[in-house]
Order: sequence, then structure tokens, then C-alpha cells
Amino acid sequence: MLQNQVALITGASRGIGAAIAQALGKQGATVIGTATTTAGAEHITAALQQAGIQGAGMALDVNDAAQVEALLKSIAAQYGDVSILVNNAGITRDTLLMRMKDDDWDAVLSTNLKSVFRMSQAVLRPMMKARTGRIINISSVVGHMGNAGQTNYAAAKAGMAGFTKSLAAEVGSRGITVNCVAPGFIDTDMTRDLPEEHRAALLQRIPLGKLGQVDDIAAAVTFLASPQAGYISGETLHVNGGMYMA
Amino acid sequence: MSDIEQRVKKIVAEQLGANEADVKNSSSFVDDLGADSLDTVELVMALEEEFDCEIPDEEAEKITNVQQAIDYVSVHLK
Repeated sequence: MLQNQVALITGASRGIGAAIAQALGKQGATVIGTATTTAGAEHITAALQQAGIQGAGMALDVNDAAQVEALLKSIAAQYGDVSILVNNAGITRDTLLMRMKDDDWDAVLSTNLKSVFRMSQAVLRPMMKARTGRIINISSVVGHMGNAGQTNYAAAKAGMAGFTKSLAAEVGSRGITVNCVAPGFIDTDMTRDLPEEHRAALLQRIPLGKLGQVDDIAAAVTFLASPQAGYISGETLHVNGGMYMA
Repeated sequence: MSDIEQRVKKIVAEQLGANEADVKNSSSFVDDLGADSLDTVELVMALEEEFDCEIPDEEAEKITNVQQAIDYVSVHLK
């Protein structure tokens, strides 16, 4: 389904990003996954090789414009221009607003939101020339319903939705679609950090009665990346077990 | 035709999908060559690349036809 496509996924060494890399690769895409460390990048390369997927892991700090430029050049030279971008890299710095430091705010906004601006801009020109492309931003249910202790994270994720709609309006005439996938509570390292009573309370609010799996998100991303989703743009696809219904 | 003029016209034709013969000095990108707002942005970026210069937004807005592009590049070429 995705033969001859080059997919770039940020934050692909574990969790949702790793599952997306595998899923797009299984559909025939060449996959470039990024991680912040060289060890993380090597881990991605190994995982791709093991699954027989063409591509590689590469080290990238999404906050570093020069690194982004160098990465895109290197991908274009080795594999061709990126035709599917998945902005997945993200961090949390949870704390109540009363106690939030400037640095907690800036780090989350920069890594989770500014990176989307930077990465999207970097892949856009070749996509415009090719008259096709997919940009898929991994947001969060938290950006839509809010969550105590995550003002920074929720602001960044809600910002993604506005960015997505605006960019979709800008580049639609070039056959490029821009969408979000908004995971609910997914069983990953990020949610395993939650206190047990918090997890139990969460489950009460999920009609399907369980946390989501990374593959649930990867399936939604694969759909939006596919030719079948070519008429969907500016949309947020919620994958949350019914916990929040947009 | 000067070298700069030739290069500008070639880029305009490429970017806007026009025949080079149809690209006259007086051709307006939007009115004569059918460019939309994204096309004009792409065109300016292509000119920047070709001539290794940076065209600030406020200058780029004033470049609406082929002659204006040629003039800008001629003056600012390093």
C-alpha cells in the first residue's frame, strides 16, 4: 500500500512511535525513525532490520534547526524525499500550574509544538513539487479535554490541532493532507508513570474499559497515510476507547 | 537577452508550468501566468536558490511580474 513512500517518524525508538514505524514499514514504506540519542537510533535500525523493513534510525534533536536540515538532506540523498511525515516526538513535564517553571513550559512547547512547525516546514517543498504528501501529527486527548497537571502538554497538543487545520488549508491545493491522530490513554512508558489510583480512575472513564495499545494508534496513522484517506484533511482522528467523543 | 533574464524566465516557466515562450518581461505571475499565492512563494524561493540570495518578504511582495524579478536579482546579485 505504501510502496515507494518514504516515511519519517520522529520519536520512534519506543512506544507509539516505534509501533508507527513498524506499521508503515509493513505496508511497504521506507522508514526513517528518529531518536534523541545515537543508541536510540541504532535500536531503531535494528528493529527495522529485524522486521525486514527498509530504512534506518537516525539521531535527531527536533529542537535543533541545523540538525533537522542535515537530516532531511541525508534522507533525500539516501532514500529520496520524505512523502509521509509523522510528528510523534513528545515529552511531558507534568506539574500543577502553580508550581510550573518557565523551563517546564518552554521545553514542552518547544519539543511538542515548535518541532511540528520545524519538521513540517522542512518536508514541505519536495511535497509541494511532488503534488502529494502526508503530514500526520500525534496529538492527544488531553489537548481536547484538558488534564490537571498538564497545562503545558495540553496547550502544545491543542496548538497542534490549530496548526494542522491552518496548514491543511495552505497546502491542500498541492495534494498534501495534514491531520492529527489524538491518542487517549495508551499503555506506554509515558502512562506507566501515572500513579496507580490515577490509572484506576481513568479506566472508569473509558467506555471500552481498557487502556489503548500502541498498535491502535499505528493503525489510525497507517490509514491516514494511505491513498484511501486522500480526501481527509485538517481532521483529528480520536483513538481513545470512547473516553472523549469530539 | 541577458544571462540573468534568461535564468529568471527559465525558473518562472518551470515553477509556473508555463512555456518559456509565453514568459514575457511584462508577464504578471498571477494575472498572465495563473500563479496562486503558494506558487509565488515557491517562485521566490526558487529565485533565492538559483541566485544564492535572500529576498525579504516585504521585497518579495513587490515582485509581481517577470521584469521586477529580473530587476531585483540584477541589483542584488552578489
